[in-house]
Amino acid sequence: MRDVAVVSFAQAPSRRRVPEQNEVEILMPVVAEAVEKSGVPRDKIGFTCSGSCDYLAGQPFAFVWGLEAIAAWPPIRESHVEMDGAWALYEAWVLLQEGEIDAALVYGFGKSSPGSIRDVLAMQLDPYYYAPMWPDAVSLAALQARALLESTDHTEREMAEVAARSRRDAKANPNAQVTGDFDVDQILSDPYIVSPLRKHDCAPISDGAAAVVIAAGDLARSVSERPAWIRGIDHRVEPHSLGARDLTASVSTAVAAERAGALNDKIDVAELLAPFTHQELILRDSLNLKNGSAINPSGGALAANPVMAAGLIRIGEAAARITSGAADRALAHATSGPCLQQNLVCVLEGE
Amino acid sequence: MAENMIVTMPIRLEYDYSPGAGRSRFLRGLERGKILGERCHVCHKVYVGGGSGACPRDGVPTEEVVELPDVGTITTFCVVNVPFAGATVEIPYVSASILLDGADIPLMHLIQEVNAEDVRMGMRVRAEWLPEAERIPSMDTIKYFKPAGEPDAPIDEVLKRMRADA
Amino acid sequence: MSKQLTAVVGIGQTKHDTKRDDVSIAGLVREAAVRALEDADMTWSDIDAVVVGKAPDMFEGVMMPELYLAEALGAVGKPLLRVHTAGSVGGSTAVVAAHLVQAGIHERVLTVAFEKQSESNAMWALAPKIPFQPTLVAGAGGYFAPHIREYIRRANAPEHIGREVAVKDRVSALKNPYAHLHMPDISMETVLQSPILWDPIRFLECCPSSDGACAMVMTNERVAKSASKPPAWILGTAIRSEPLGMAGRDEVNPRAGLDCAKDVYEQAGITDPRNQIDVVEMYVPFSWYEPMWLENLGFADEGTGWKLTDDGVTALDGSLPVNPSGGVLSSNPIGASGMLRFAEAAMQVRGTAGEHQVDGARVALGHAYGGGSQFFAMWVVSSTKPSEGP
Repeated sequence: MRDVAVVSFAQAPSRRRVPEQNEVEILMPVVAEAVEKSGVPRDKIGFTCSGSCDYLAGQPFAFVWGLEAIAAWPPIRESHVEMDGAWALYEAWVLLQEGEIDAALVYGFGKSSPGSIRDVLAMQLDPYYYAPMWPDAVSLAALQARALLESTDHTEREMAEVAARSRRDAKANPNAQVTGDFDVDQILSDPYIVSPLRKHDCAPISDGAAAVVIAAGDLARSVSERPAWIRGIDHRVEPHSLGARDLTASVSTAVAAERAGALNDKIDVAELLAPFTHQELILRDSLNLKNGSAINPSGGALAANPVMAAGLIRIGEAAARITSGAADRALAHATSGPCLQQNLVCVLEGE
Repeated sequence: MAENMIVTMPIRLEYDYSPGAGRSRFLRGLERGKILGERCHVCHKVYVGGGSGACPRDGVPTEEVVELPDVGTITTFCVVNVPFAGATVEIPYVSASILLDGADIPLMHLIQEVNAEDVRMGMRVRAEWLPEAERIPSMDTIKYFKPAGEPDAPIDEVLKRMRADA
Repeated sequence: MSKQLTAVVGIGQTKHDTKRDDVSIAGLVREAAVRALEDADMTWSDIDAVVVGKAPDMFEGVMMPELYLAEALGAVGKPLLRVHTAGSVGGSTAVVAAHLVQAGIHERVLTVAFEKQSESNAMWALAPKIPFQPTLVAGAGGYFAPHIREYIRRANAPEHIGREVAVKDRVSALKNPYAHLHMPDISMETVLQSPILWDPIRFLECCPSSDGACAMVMTNERVAKSASKPPAWILGTAIRSEPLGMAGRDEVNPRAGLDCAKDVYEQAGITDPRNQIDVVEMYVPFSWYEPMWLENLGFADEGTGWKLTDDGVTALDGSLPVNPSGGVLSSNPIGASGMLRFAEAAMQVRGTAGEHQVDGARVALGHAYGGGSQFFAMWVVSSTKPSEGP
């Protein structure tokens, strides 16, 4: 396996809505910053890959706008996945493994504010059996949370503690959207949105973008004093049918983690994409993360959730902590689909 | 054999559309009866109407505003003869790429007040605006482009200049 | 880590049609996937990873349908990716799948591209009304017709060329049982009689709107060596993109297409495409794009592509058959069309193209494009491995 590292990461401050800018205008400075900070000359970036979603934007071919923001001239080697930018990073990593290209630019972007995100996400469902009922994203997550509370020892208090911890840690993150000190007892007294989920159990609605530059071997070493090496990356999908899988355990996360070599050594920092508090509990269980691991020091999705960039941001945040020396080994996770259907795990290490 | 089953699922999703800063400048310009282009400080090309607020070649915001005349040259066009849902114009109609004087990228708009078969590349056209009181931040504020009553521009030269420095 | 030699060992496609209401979306993709697996002499459990490709989700009204299709495509427990690069997607999806094997990540990859566009409204899905913008472009033809007009002017091409392509491809399609359009009465006259939709494009010079899917199984050399049928060896893959709204773009002869072709030819050791390539499957949604792409791909000098068409060079029995499958003009499930070009090229060099087989085809080019002529994906496949020479 060829050594490939994250050598830079940039993101837009996540906000509830950014009406004065369109997606391209939000994305452009983020890409420019990631490329500049990377130190990799523009002409050494041999591949560009992005993640975005038409239904999020409410328009077809939404990713095409991204191309207008990245100085794609002369023509570039470029591709796109209709998935979170984390999977675009995976595709770029694969290409770098072949040995002919030494660096790639990856970005993810999206505005969740234009539409009703919880209804838009219902469009992900089986169009014959599920979608006609319009089970929105919060309701499906609540179904999963209920299953978790009833079949394990996890409690609503634990969920509230995840929320409080995330927003408290997010105070140190200038790009986070929901930050502050929340009292657990107080938020537990709030009404349910969809039982057993309360407002604090849910990620905020965010507009945002993120970009990462990855580079191989000696190029990475030449531009970064402490590159965040990708030691392993894997992703797996579970059945779509909610009744065909155990919603209280994330089997695909466990498999992806194992394939990525996550548990070979201790994890200092784990950035997990959990847009709902109970999902962090499920992921921690499936990853068997021990007490020594700091979970979502960035605040995670509960502090900022720009859909289509949120997974890439987990990788970026984990990489940033490696590069700064705050951590030696980190795990980043991304998810896609209802109730953690598809999961990606990326393991990063300092040299 | 049983008839194939069809499940009909109406989908209704509402979106708040943000044109963004670049397109908003352009649209507000139209409201004031002006066509505003933007020049890229790197390649110096003048963009108009595209609305990403950025130069696609250089990946930088285009912030220098350039007021453009509302007259230009048809660089290419087609005659649309196919009806479609939501059409407001009678078919056949001409949809044309119009390179406004001073712009480096054409604008697409409707051509009227001329027979479809008389439209040609190189034809000079001028914007027909809505009355001042009716103007809004929308491309519809220009109703269409019509013949400007000038001799045709030399189309080979116009196209050559448009493609220069690509 | 060096690039691993990769081959196509299984190909399958659906019968393409206006409305495949005999199958669900899952049924449609499985029809192609099962055929590809059978052609490869493999089962679902042999596959290591799945790569899905399709165009905008609004064509079916299902967002990120790979999630819904996880079970149907045997992807549970496996890596699953979904590529979306507009019209070129079928091609770029094949490229992504090839990279997974070339990079040594997986040994056997299943790739599927599809569109079941009868489920939604394709014309709307291509260009829904954007606020503050007048809707002028009624369908893709409205976008491409002006560029065709410019090509005709530049090349001083006689006006009947488009009709020749329209007839040629539909005649070829009569030999392709999977093709959507089977028009035994097609002729220069019937095309001329068909209404003009977007001048200068006539109705019978346009691609249809189809439901359909295409699938391939790709493997590394070790697995391909024991394939039951001859593999199609991938000599090169390339992708290029350019911005839509850039001043100075040439949409008639796009730079991204030129650069993409140069890249794939270099990888495949092609210095003289006209003579070294035996068959071309290129993405021609409106008939005039055949002469345009012949030039963009280096088969003819600028301004002369139409002569190859006019001289019968690109006919099924010509010296450089183009779109022996009938091409996009005969079947156009948008998300799959690019992969169909790549797959049909591979079928030719494997000798499995049935009635539309070009005799002695050893090297073939598969080509796809999308967006405002801004996304390109290409591959060159051969019946012989690179080391073995032509």
